[in-house]
Amino acid sequence: MSTALAWALTDSWTMTRRELAHWARQPVQVVVGLVFPVMLLLMFGFLVGGGAGVQGDYVDFLVPGMLALTMAFGLEGTMLAVTQDLGKGVVDRFRSMPMANSAVLVGRCAADMLQSAAGLLVMIGVGWAIGWRTHGGAASFLGAVALLLLFRFAMLWIGIHLAMVAGRPEMVQAVQILVWPVGFLSNAFATPESMPGWLGAAVEWNPMSATATAVRDLFGNPAVTGTSWAASHATLLAVAWPLALTALFFPLAVRRFRRLSR
Amino acid sequence: MIIVEGLGKRYGEKQALKGLDLNVPPGTVHAVLGPNGAGKTTAVRILSTLLRPDEGRAEIAGFDVVRKAADVRARIGLLGQSAAVDEELGGRQNLEMFGRLHHLGARRARARADELLDRFGLSDTGRKAVKQYSGGMRRRLDLAASLITDPEVLFLDEPTTGLDPRGRTEVWNAVRSLVGGGTTVLLTTQYLEEADQLADRISVFGSGQVIAEGTADALKSDLGGDRIDIVLRDAAQLGAAASALPLDLTVDTDRRLLSAPAKDRMAALTQAVRALHTAGIEAEDMAIRRPTLDEVFLHLTKEHA
Repeated sequence: MSTALAWALTDSWTMTRRELAHWARQPVQVVVGLVFPVMLLLMFGFLVGGGAGVQGDYVDFLVPGMLALTMAFGLEGTMLAVTQDLGKGVVDRFRSMPMANSAVLVGRCAADMLQSAAGLLVMIGVGWAIGWRTHGGAASFLGAVALLLLFRFAMLWIGIHLAMVAGRPEMVQAVQILVWPVGFLSNAFATPESMPGWLGAAVEWNPMSATATAVRDLFGNPAVTGTSWAASHATLLAVAWPLALTALFFPLAVRRFRRLSR
Repeated sequence: MIIVEGLGKRYGEKQALKGLDLNVPPGTVHAVLGPNGAGKTTAVRILSTLLRPDEGRAEIAGFDVVRKAADVRARIGLLGQSAAVDEELGGRQNLEMFGRLHHLGARRARARADELLDRFGLSDTGRKAVKQYSGGMRRRLDLAASLITDPEVLFLDEPTTGLDPRGRTEVWNAVRSLVGGGTTVLLTTQYLEEADQLADRISVFGSGQVIAEGTADALKSDLGGDRIDIVLRDAAQLGAAASALPLDLTVDTDRRLLSAPAKDRMAALTQAVRALHTAGIEAEDMAIRRPTLDEVFLHLTKEHA
């Protein structure tokens, strides 16, 4: 069994390298993916500015929220790649080879995690440049980064599963639109208190809000204050939500992949 | 080497395979000949573990394709209908990747990639992405990718469909060189000529079943073999020509065409030339050709009706 696991990891790494080789051939796409959230950050930082009901420095409030948003965005690249692979013969070759079943999807996820980590690094750098400062220690800083990547991990598995369900590249756009409400119906830009009651409650329970609140706390930045259970247990939710979502969508995606043989 | 018993597969309402039987001995080339929708691809996909059958069973090199899929996968190569390579990457990158996924390890995967590129005349493609390859080159790379581990059984699903004559010759030559090495090959095709050129035995598929099987020669004599086509200059002479020619003719007035089975190719041709010359009838064209798949099918379905 342990050799099976070792091969599964080796195969996944081979598939990750395949993705990295794609990017080496298409560097422009990768750069665009990194620049888009930076653009959003600058837009909200300078255009919208402190008009969102936040006390204290808006940039210190905004940047952690934007980091969380960055982790939710850009899934369309992953989804497109999955559907395009399925439409071509190359997945048939993978499936007719003695490699681990899950490696095609796991390798894809690992490659996209590397890209997400790079994106996070860029956003942290730009945030720093526009005046964002953290006030926690190095350990809490790393903890915040880990929570962000954990959230990304869960989002990627949702994306991969939805791409397997959608099946065709044309369907991806429709699914992609769903990411926007998740991103904006959150506390990334504004506090739930500035919203109507029902919306504020939905926003507080949004997994992305939990991650944003938890990392604001860890970075020592102005956080969203709330009295609801969700708002006061944000760190717990920031760990539990992604774990629950991954536990649901990872097996679903792998099962979908196996069921290609029906 | 390939044993298929009573294989059935249904897609919704459509019965793609119904009770398919097949037996391919080791080291031989077996062609599956049939039109679109006859179940050829479904059969190959089941045998290469990509699809589960609804009924019946199939064994590759002694391993059941459903219960021992991993053992089967370690022993087969598959050349599917659409190019099963990563078109964004180069040829070497592709072969190295597939080598690693076959668990050869980095060094052997690299060496194997070099070997195969060399063998299929793709060594000078450099970093060029596969999507910029010609159809024949892509097919050869695809074939190379199917041969990473010298498979015991190779599946070729319509390997030359969509290729120009040059690409077709390239692929045929590659397949012939493999057969010498002892590989068992199952090949599907829509072209009788392709089956004739490459295969030891041929199974003719019609609506999910084998409707005829035998060696190319046996099938051809069974089917009336080659045909002679004679096109006249003047349609008015068709009747005269038909009575002058000692052949079992069918007449197509629109195309000024007389067609007949030609069991002995040379004799039929000589006979026709002589007879027409004696009768003073001018022919515009005269040719011996293989029966088309349509004619084979017409013949077989008539026989089965």
